[in-house]
Amino acid sequence: MDHSSLAGRIFRGVALALVLVFFMFPIVWILMMSFQTNEQILRIPPHILFEPTLSNYQALISGQLRTTAGNLEIPFMRNLMNSFVLSSAAVLLALLLGVPAAYAFARFKFRLGESIAFTLLSFRFAPPLLVLLPLSLYYQQLGLSDTYFGIVWVYQLIALPLILWIVRGYFEDISPDIEHAYRLAGHSWREAFTRIAVPLAGPGIAAAGLLSFIFCWNNFVFALILASADKQPVTVGALAFVTASGIQYGQIAAAIVLSVTPTLLLALYAQRYLVEGLSLGAVKG
Amino acid sequence: MARLELNSVGKAFGAVRCADDLSLVVEPGEIVAVFGPSGSGKTVLLRMIAGMFEPDDGDILVGGRSIVGAPPERRGIGMAFQNFALFPHMSAQDNIASGLRAKAKGGELTSRVTSISRLLKIEHVLGHMPRELSNGQKQRTALARALIGNPEVLLLDDPLRNVDAKLRYEMRLELPSLLRRSSAAVLYVTQDYREAMAIADRIAVLIEGRLVQVARPEEIYARPASVAVARLFGDPSINLAEVTPHTKQADLTAEIAGTKVRLDPVDQQAADHGPCWLGVRPDDLVVTRTASEDAIPARIVAITPMHERAVLLLRFADGSEWLAALPPDSPMASADDGVFVRFAPEAALLFDRATGLRVGLPHRRQAA
Repeated sequence: MDHSSLAGRIFRGVALALVLVFFMFPIVWILMMSFQTNEQILRIPPHILFEPTLSNYQALISGQLRTTAGNLEIPFMRNLMNSFVLSSAAVLLALLLGVPAAYAFARFKFRLGESIAFTLLSFRFAPPLLVLLPLSLYYQQLGLSDTYFGIVWVYQLIALPLILWIVRGYFEDISPDIEHAYRLAGHSWREAFTRIAVPLAGPGIAAAGLLSFIFCWNNFVFALILASADKQPVTVGALAFVTASGIQYGQIAAAIVLSVTPTLLLALYAQRYLVEGLSLGAVKG
Repeated sequence: MARLELNSVGKAFGAVRCADDLSLVVEPGEIVAVFGPSGSGKTVLLRMIAGMFEPDDGDILVGGRSIVGAPPERRGIGMAFQNFALFPHMSAQDNIASGLRAKAKGGELTSRVTSISRLLKIEHVLGHMPRELSNGQKQRTALARALIGNPEVLLLDDPLRNVDAKLRYEMRLELPSLLRRSSAAVLYVTQDYREAMAIADRIAVLIEGRLVQVARPEEIYARPASVAVARLFGDPSINLAEVTPHTKQADLTAEIAGTKVRLDPVDQQAADHGPCWLGVRPDDLVVTRTASEDAIPARIVAITPMHERAVLLLRFADGSEWLAALPPDSPMASADDGVFVRFAPEAALLFDRATGLRVGLPHRRQAA
């Protein structure tokens, strides 16, 4: 029950509304922009009320950008698809490599173990631009530049350290006795890993996967240098809206809305898995 | 069924020797309690048998076959952990069945889970997840999981540590018959000497990685091998005094706080032994108001009523303090009263001052 006074409740409501407006404003504004034409957006003063148009979305989905300078082809849907393929493949690969590695780092003390784990994390410290020049030279020689495989390989390096370090913490939180008990019950260590360790670290694996998916999805420089037009993700593809006849704000807004949607849906879907299971009463208590 | 045999098992972690030349035999159907203070190496010993660590030297045999180097799942061992270690994402039923899934299928599996859970009185919670179980139910589920595979060796790592006092008392009564039903060789680790005495056929006292005494519970209580063992068994713990026994007119005597007391002539050889510890259990002290020749004068410093008996803190003339436990029907005394303390000669235990070993006992390592 709320026992506070009427004034207190009103104040709280206003404060909440202000915070909500502060955080939601950019998103709401972009959503509104995506339903306006360039002329409507650039009006001064801006109008809250306008006649909505679907022309921006039409242009993006059909791939035909009509500007005053003429028709322009933009492969936005393909970019979106690329983003999706590259990010999911990179996260899957990183999960496949990172989860067993995280388990090894959590459970076993071996020579240079900490150094290896830290080296993997240090990939995140390196400024991408510093790595890019040698990387693109190597890629050209190896024939990896402008291939999905090559880009996934680089993206995977963004995801792997995150997954490794987050999931390692979750594995460390599982009492080793639980796995010992499973092995004494007549199961091999592989079964103990897949049936006990991985399910118990599930929420952590989901969180790490989601986070690294977002990092991959938002990557710009690697894809800009290493991929040509037909393999570029949305982050790079959005550059096409800066045209000779001006910046297409309406399409940019629509593109943002479309490219945010998949990650947003994924986050909403994964949310319940993130919360569920964290409260599992593993051992005594 | 098979016997469990440890042959001079040793294990060190860095400079710390957690197990030093441990030899022990547990017969099928026998319950041996491994008792010792915390950090004495009890858990390390169990984990070496279970296959979580390998011993540095020595051998571990089950039914005459060495299990050193074998993976845990092939050792034929059941284990219940102090923290229960239930699988949190499986129901109690699946937890119990996991111990058998590798060996039995379908109907047989279900019927065995049902029968073991009926035995342990957890039938009604089989569908629950571990987080929905009380500590007592968790503990019984863990026991059921350890027992269901009919292991040749059963390791129980302080299973009653995390359950409440009432349940601990009940389980102390139930466990021996339950464990004997399985006819496995049982090693039961505990930090509570009463639990060890209630449950075990024999007690192995482990101190700093060494087995100091292995014997029947009543023997360990009556004839501890060393001061350290004497101190661990008994609450309140044993009273100790520094004495130098000597023989006078065929009587063995010692001087405590200025009073000469007679000792059991069985300990005659202690006469020329030199400095000793003299130990008397608080229950063996008789506290009276009447003076006599061999009664030690003392002053009551404090009285702690402990339900079925009272514990007196006594101070002798030389400032040393002893504890006495009195039966409830003894005459009321109050703090600061002057009293006299006596004990029967045979109640006194003598230990060498330097080695701590009991005087009069053959100085051999009691291994079996």
